[in-house]
Amino acid sequence: MSTTVAGTDGEVVVRAEKLRVRWIVVGVAAVLAAGVAGLVIGPAGLSTPQVVRDLLGLHSSLDAQQVAIVEQLRLPRVVLGLLVGGTLSLSGASYQGVFRNPLADPYLLGAAAGAGLGVTVVIVGAADGASTPTVAPIAAFVGALAAVGLAYVLGTSGGGRASTASLILAGVAVASFLTAVQTYVQQRNQDTIRQVYSWILGRLSTAGWHDVLLLLPYAVVTWTILLAHRRVLDVLAVGDDEATTLGINARRSRLIVIVAASLGTAAAVAVSGLIAFVGIIVPHTVRLLVGRSHRVVLPLSLLFGGAFLCLADLLARTLSSPAEIPIGVITAFFGAPFFVLVLRSSRRMGMTT
Amino acid sequence: MIRCSGVSVMLGDHEVLHAVDVSVARGEWLSIVGPNGAGKSTLLRFVAGLVRGEGVLEIDGSAVATLHRRRRAQLVALVPQTPVVPEGARVVDYVLLGRTPHIRPLGVEGPHDLAAVHDALTSLDLLPFADRLVTTLSGGERQRVLIARALAQGSPIVLLDEPTTALDVGHQQQVLEVIDRLRRERGLTVVTTMHDLTLAGQYAERLVLLDNGRVVVDGPAGDVLTEDNLARYYGARVRIIHDGGRPVVLPLREERAHDA
Repeated sequence: MSTTVAGTDGEVVVRAEKLRVRWIVVGVAAVLAAGVAGLVIGPAGLSTPQVVRDLLGLHSSLDAQQVAIVEQLRLPRVVLGLLVGGTLSLSGASYQGVFRNPLADPYLLGAAAGAGLGVTVVIVGAADGASTPTVAPIAAFVGALAAVGLAYVLGTSGGGRASTASLILAGVAVASFLTAVQTYVQQRNQDTIRQVYSWILGRLSTAGWHDVLLLLPYAVVTWTILLAHRRVLDVLAVGDDEATTLGINARRSRLIVIVAASLGTAAAVAVSGLIAFVGIIVPHTVRLLVGRSHRVVLPLSLLFGGAFLCLADLLARTLSSPAEIPIGVITAFFGAPFFVLVLRSSRRMGMTT
Repeated sequence: MIRCSGVSVMLGDHEVLHAVDVSVARGEWLSIVGPNGAGKSTLLRFVAGLVRGEGVLEIDGSAVATLHRRRRAQLVALVPQTPVVPEGARVVDYVLLGRTPHIRPLGVEGPHDLAAVHDALTSLDLLPFADRLVTTLSGGERQRVLIARALAQGSPIVLLDEPTTALDVGHQQQVLEVIDRLRRERGLTVVTTMHDLTLAGQYAERLVLLDNGRVVVDGPAGDVLTEDNLARYYGARVRIIHDGGRPVVLPLREERAHDA
């Protein structure tokens, strides 16, 4: 038993782990920096002061064509990148919290595959222009919820409660199955195969503000619900039994978080295709660098996820310009080594502080 | 403070508790003892609201069926036998989880809640550990952190499932002394399940012996811990020694018993 050193440390201040202002500042700065980089860099040869002045409504030296590039091509794309990246990593962080499994993410649980199947069916059915059909997010949501529901039923069918391991295994099976169905539907419809294929690989469209407006309402609902549950997710971390004795309705809270995270994932997948990895690396990087409480992880995943995807998109459209690399390829290609780097360096630091 | 009457609990097809009647008075320490599988933990979990069953459970004069989940958590705190400790949780944040039933849904803690955590940590000599990770603490320290969480919960009833099982004899005594001190200082009603019968008899004011889901003996340690009872319900060969009026259970080995 330890002895208390009375008097030497004076008044000990008890402080809860919560989001500190400086991390919010860093997160917002990352979002702004990524956004401005996304607007400035490219073949049009713009400079940062010009673009910033134009955005702020001040007189800038940009000509009409350059203004159109910034405001009608790049700005919607940057905003879409921020929304999709933020939503995917916030949803990923929430899945990891609710399943108490560091590997849980929309892809592992079948939600993304279900959403993908939903959107494929819609694209095949509509077969018109290049923009995302308005019903796509709803079809994606139905697909995502059906997939997660199926994974849950399969994971619990062994009797008793779903262990997170059996849930994830069931999710992997469901994801493979739905991906197979999706590929079948895609191959059966030769006239839309290119459209479906380019969407599958992930891309942030340049169709003006259409996709932003389509995603925005779903994103706002998802963010509101998930961020409101940040402390509840910390309580759920002690398991359903203990959470219950602390006065939390564990089952209901889990369900709300899963449905909200699936809604966000589905809407993001509907407009941007399957962009893997964001939902895993961003939340884990935040956990390793800042802290493990969901009160830290959720808001910072939202900010850094947005900034990360925005930068990934910048690389996607500039690396082999004028051709574009699918953004999903960029997130995996640069995300994986970066994540390994963070993992190694934080292990060396001991991870305890 | 707690009254169970005619409580039966089924787990699957198996009736784990059968028509159990137990009452605990305010400020009393009751210890539930019995052989493995007798239903000790199930009874504790029933009172904590983690398993459903038939019969009546009253807490502080009201039937729990009428209590909201949060209100119930304000009245009853449970220290589980094998708690789930989230990786990376500091002592402060872990103890703060105990304030959950006092924090409005979807809200965050206020100064009042941090004061309660400070008080609980002070009471258990844990302030120097406030910023340590719970997973890095020793068994005895960790058990005190769990008790601090229950204390921060502010519930007048504290249930402890096997609070000493993983500890060496010195730490067992320290933890039980802490529980007894808090019970006296704060007027807590304490219910524990215990494997160590001697310790159960030394600390609890009353023992309930469960066997096959039924209450078979209920009374002070001297009445419950007899050589006959332990032979009958535990199938154990023991000798009871009296030390200052408290029974000490001494296990006997077969050969020695013949020699003696």
